[in-house]
Amino acid sequence: MEVVKQTFHILLIGAGVTLQITVISVAIGCVLGLAVGLARLSGIRMLRLAATAYVDFFRGTPLLVQIFIVYYGLPYLFKEIQAYLMANFDMPQILTTYALPVFLAAVIACSLNSAAYIAEIFRAGVQSIEKGQMEAARSLGMTSSQAMRFVILPQAVKRVIPPLGNEFIAMLKDTSLLSVIGFEELTRKGQLIVGQTYVAFPVWLTVAFLYLAMTFCFSRLVDYAERRLKTGD
Amino acid sequence: MKKLLKLFLVGLVVTSLAVAAAGCGGEKKQEPAGKKDQPAAPPAKKKVVLASDTAYAPFESQDPKTGKYVGFDIDLVNAVAEVANLEIEIRSMNFDGIIPALETASVDGAISAMTITDKRKEKVNFSVPYYLSGQSIAVRADNDKIKGWDDLKGRKLGVQISTTGADEARKIPNAKVTDYNTINEAFMALKSGAVEAVVNDYPVNAYFAKQNKDKDVKLVGDLKTSEHYGIAFPKKNTELLETFNKALKTLKENGKYAEIYKKWFGADPPAYLPGEPK
Repeated sequence: MEVVKQTFHILLIGAGVTLQITVISVAIGCVLGLAVGLARLSGIRMLRLAATAYVDFFRGTPLLVQIFIVYYGLPYLFKEIQAYLMANFDMPQILTTYALPVFLAAVIACSLNSAAYIAEIFRAGVQSIEKGQMEAARSLGMTSSQAMRFVILPQAVKRVIPPLGNEFIAMLKDTSLLSVIGFEELTRKGQLIVGQTYVAFPVWLTVAFLYLAMTFCFSRLVDYAERRLKTGD
Repeated sequence: MKKLLKLFLVGLVVTSLAVAAAGCGGEKKQEPAGKKDQPAAPPAKKKVVLASDTAYAPFESQDPKTGKYVGFDIDLVNAVAEVANLEIEIRSMNFDGIIPALETASVDGAISAMTITDKRKEKVNFSVPYYLSGQSIAVRADNDKIKGWDDLKGRKLGVQISTTGADEARKIPNAKVTDYNTINEAFMALKSGAVEAVVNDYPVNAYFAKQNKDKDVKLVGDLKTSEHYGIAFPKKNTELLETFNKALKTLKENGKYAEIYKKWFGADPPAYLPGEPK
């Protein structure tokens, strides 16, 4: 317990980083996910195919592997591309270090992953709105994009709040995977403390409790938002 | 529909029970098999599970062709096993998980190029020293700014989590230290430029600089510390510790230790090893 007392402030910093990366990733994921979700419903076949491929890839592969690809794979790719350009197109050497800052790599991996799940949430939300709504809006003279923007999406957003909350909570826990690239979020802070003090159980219990505290607060927040939005119905 | 669901659930329970039962059964079966041995056969070997962070060449690594563990540590424990009539199983785990695993006696011991430190001695017991090592600096071959320990101030350093290298790096003023799970990840970060130097045990740095096919890593500076590696055991299991110490002594006397040392490091070992320095 002594160790937990002494290191609690370090764990709190880690919890802050976890929350920060989750908020940023899910926010970017929402924007990207909305675009991909709508692309999945688009009338243009190529767009639909591309969006489906994106969702399939990021939902069908583990986040851990995606993190490895972004952090260890991309620098390698940069290096190879630069070597190719230098050899074939007389490009001067621009990069000497190829590494992504760990924070950037973390944001890229998590938001790309999150976007794939959120795309499906939005697609399901839009499809759950009765056909009559679109038909009515169209018959009032709206274009289909106007109908989507002013009629369908506002109703869909209300319905996707609970699954979006779910996705946020899932991502909050999944950011623990970022510990493998040395990103010092909550799990990594715990690992570092255990690695230095060799006190495992109390530290991990505290880490678990901090995750629980964050997810618990967030679930209540989502419940509240859901109730408030329902009163509008 | 409900019936189908029920059937599915029952099926799930039955399968999981069967799997659990099979798991237990498998472990139990081993004992009678040993007892049934012919009286002429040698007594069953005692099985010893040793934890190791098996991404630490040349001490322990996985041969990519055969999938077997190879290295100085592996050869050494195999030689110990032969002398002490033990059966060794190497269990691969992250370095930072080894001491907690020893504390709960999830494994019987650990050989993982682990430096004997006072802090670790509070949690586990160590065999007599079996290797003399020290901290060194690896940098990219194109780096001409870092020439020694004094140049590391304020730099981005890569280390492996929970190692003595990590402790040493944290003593350097203003250095930004990143802990990686395995030393290979730290080396990858060095190559890509995410860190400017890796602080780690000399033989491992030297081995990587030599083996790495891009030849873009070099070593700079002197060895900073002198550290002894020991085989770690849970506090309670002093019996196994004695067995290993005795076997190490035998290997020293019959020259087998020196033979293994020469195979991996191309030189003769310090005369006192394995054993306490004078």
